[in-house]
Amino acid sequence: MAGFFHQNLSYFLSGISVGGQYALIAIGYTMVYGILRLINFAHGDVFMCAGLVMVYLSASLPFAVSVPLVLVFTVALGFLIERVAYKPLRSAPRMSVMISAIGVSYLLQNAALYFTGGLAKVYPEIPFLSRSVVIWDASTRVVTLVTPFLTVILVVLLTLLIKHTKIGMAMRAVSRDFETSQLMGIKINRVISITFMIGSFLAAVASLLYFTNYASVTPTSGSMPGLKAFVAAVFGGIGSIPGAVIGAFIIGICENIIKGGATIFGIPGSGWTTFSDAFTFAFLIVILVVKPTGLFGEKAVDKV
Amino acid sequence: MFEIKGLSVNYGGIEAVRDISFSVEEGSIVTLIGANGAGKSTTLRTIAGLVKPRSGKITFMGEDITGKDPAFIVGKGITLVPEGRRIFPDLTVYENLRIGAYLRKDRIDDDIEWVFSLFPRLRERSWQYGGTLSGGEQQMLAVGRALMSRPKLMMMDEPSLGLAPLVVRDIFSIIRTIRDKGVTILLVEQNANMALQTADMAYVMETGSITLSGKGRDLIADDSVRKAYLGK
Ligand SMILES: Nc1ncnc2c1ncn2[C@@H]1O[C@H](COP(=O)(O)OP(=O)(O)OP(=O)(O)O)[C@@H](O)[C@H]1O
Ligand SMILES: [Mg+2]
Repeated sequence: MAGFFHQNLSYFLSGISVGGQYALIAIGYTMVYGILRLINFAHGDVFMCAGLVMVYLSASLPFAVSVPLVLVFTVALGFLIERVAYKPLRSAPRMSVMISAIGVSYLLQNAALYFTGGLAKVYPEIPFLSRSVVIWDASTRVVTLVTPFLTVILVVLLTLLIKHTKIGMAMRAVSRDFETSQLMGIKINRVISITFMIGSFLAAVASLLYFTNYASVTPTSGSMPGLKAFVAAVFGGIGSIPGAVIGAFIIGICENIIKGGATIFGIPGSGWTTFSDAFTFAFLIVILVVKPTGLFGEKAVDKV
Repeated sequence: MFEIKGLSVNYGGIEAVRDISFSVEEGSIVTLIGANGAGKSTTLRTIAGLVKPRSGKITFMGEDITGKDPAFIVGKGITLVPEGRRIFPDLTVYENLRIGAYLRKDRIDDDIEWVFSLFPRLRERSWQYGGTLSGGEQQMLAVGRALMSRPKLMMMDEPSLGLAPLVVRDIFSIIRTIRDKGVTILLVEQNANMALQTADMAYVMETGSITLSGKGRDLIADDSVRKAYLGK
């Protein structure tokens, strides 16, 4: 076991790191689902836009300015999408909102295609995050080590916000019962906007970490990580934040071990590498069959 | 203090409330009784701002509040204890009370104390999740939650629904206690007997219209009311 761990150390490390990045994206899916019962298909593309905007901003601005600007931009984008594409459909059937979300997803991808001309944009080297480090003779980058810690800190802060603040209490109330929340004087549209803004903020942080590792951004860069974060959210039980985080780390680690070419079931090395993406989706199918509500999912209470 | 004039409410094509008018005196208990589907809940929900009326005017303390949103109405001092209690199941009892005071900026400790003194069982269970309370306890919590907004007018939609007779008596005696504290009450009830005994003024609703009104005690004696709503 220790041998297996040591041999695959660098894959474990990148697994935990990618897992943290998926977790930050997955929280956005799971929170929006919790409050609107909507799968926000545009979320992965918001993440991609954050990456792209960073490319453009950092070309002319120092990092100390461009990084905060990216965060602000992404939060504003999340807010705007909700206002323009979802809020007008508040009392429409859920399927209409879903279709609107798919529309926004394509809109963002097309806008990105227009601005980039379809070329992969090189992501800037953020000085501290891109530096190489060696731990226990596995060479990696600082970002790999920073990600899991940053993820855990952000998740703890978010949990405190939801459990112990007034707005957190309102979020929990609105996610259960729109009408009664309104009777308490809660402005549900404000609470929903804040939920989207938190999700987008975390996706922006994830984009800084993720693209530092992957070095380039294309208009479809958000699809795969978005999809995997979504699978993580389903695995954890959609609507549950701890579920999404645990799901994301499990998926990140498994995927990287497979990619790393460990000997699994006696089949050595690179035999499995090509299946690392397929694994995630096979995993999704298995979850949906075995435990449709996921690890921490609430029972299928449909909102009326 | 509170007046409705010519209120009509539609759901799609269906007219649920038809040109009703009534008023509520400050410090009184007013009840609205009527058969299922008469439009009682619709009336309360319209006053609370959850449903927009088609026509008519709602005035509270001299101010026109017709068609305002629920947060505005709560802020003005009108609260609704909704039909079916609608406790937040995954908030604790304590949080359910705190969220009742959502719009208030001042200290709420004294109000929580008051609610706990009205309903001592809630104090024992303040850390329990709302969803794990019994039906009677949930009704107490729903009333307590509404009181936390410091209402001037408290509307209650069928507070006795599904409760044992003894608990119903408790709830009605609490309603009088709350009135004595200066909160005006607008009460919708299926339990016409209890409601009419408690109320100063009563209105009878039938298929969207008010067909009868009078002092609570007078309506108990009214033949048509006795036949239709008291089963006598
Ligand atoms: N959301 C809605 N959409 C369409 N019709 C509705 C809606 N809510 C109520 N109605 C209709 O409006 C009418 C009045 O309903 P309301 O709930 O006000 O009656 P009620 O007097 O409270 O009855 P009950 O004593 O059974 O609670 C009913 O015919 C009902 O079917
Ligand atoms: Mg009703």
